[in-house]
Amino acid sequence: MWIYEKKLQYPAKVGRANVKMAKYLITQYGGPDGELSAALRYLTQRYTMPTPQAKGILTDIGTEELAHLEIIATLVYKLMDGASVEELKQVDLGGYYADHDKAVYYVNGSGVPWTATYIMAKGDPVADLHEDMAAEEKARATYDWLIDLSDDPDLNDTLKFLREREIVHFQRFGETLQIVQEYLDTKKYF
Amino acid sequence: MNREQLNMLKELMAVQFTVLELHLYLDTHPTDQKALMEYNSMVHQLEVLKQQYQQRYGPLTWGEPSAYPWQWINEPWPWEICYE
Repeated sequence: MWIYEKKLQYPAKVGRANVKMAKYLITQYGGPDGELSAALRYLTQRYTMPTPQAKGILTDIGTEELAHLEIIATLVYKLMDGASVEELKQVDLGGYYADHDKAVYYVNGSGVPWTATYIMAKGDPVADLHEDMAAEEKARATYDWLIDLSDDPDLNDTLKFLREREIVHFQRFGETLQIVQEYLDTKKYF
Repeated sequence: MNREQLNMLKELMAVQFTVLELHLYLDTHPTDQKALMEYNSMVHQLEVLKQQYQQRYGPLTWGEPSAYPWQWINEPWPWEICYE
């Protein structure tokens, strides 16, 4: 089961409202390498993991990704706070406004809704862990590009925290892959 | 949210983050005794901070006692807080 904690993992700071940045950043909410994809990918891959370390790390990183999803939602909510319809139209968010007003919805930076085809659960732990490591690097790169797009030091502080987490997760998945491969090797010989 | 509550919340978030980081590390290094000791010590610190915070400002999570009236729905919610 899951239990909600009424706080963020890290302070989600925005220096000023900025609808253009909201439009870019929302890809980490509902885009291919975003936090929803990450959480759902890891939390469904864990069932077919062969070692206790792998079951643990996928459960825990999957859960942390839900906390990141909440941080992204908070940033998007704050970036759109107080925006007029005219401002939304200026950054081509008129279509978004028609469907969602200023609700936070699962879309990528071009407005395409989230799809399960962004993620995979192969049932093969080596294949799945390689996908997870690649996913962390892709998310890290996305945060790099978002930081390039942003000139808001407060927002960038939060984005840099999230980028750092991708690097730590990549490290933990790499260690998990090694543990799983060693486990599969011993199974082969004895 | 007043300055005092925000400072307490931020301290709690920082300590909890340390606990999480050690937790993930221990998932792949379960026999690292030094890390485990550090983890247990941070968990204790976190427990103390949580109790202090909740006594003043109400439940942070499910299954915690509440003063009257029901404190869980108190605003601000996490996305409404100005963290500056």
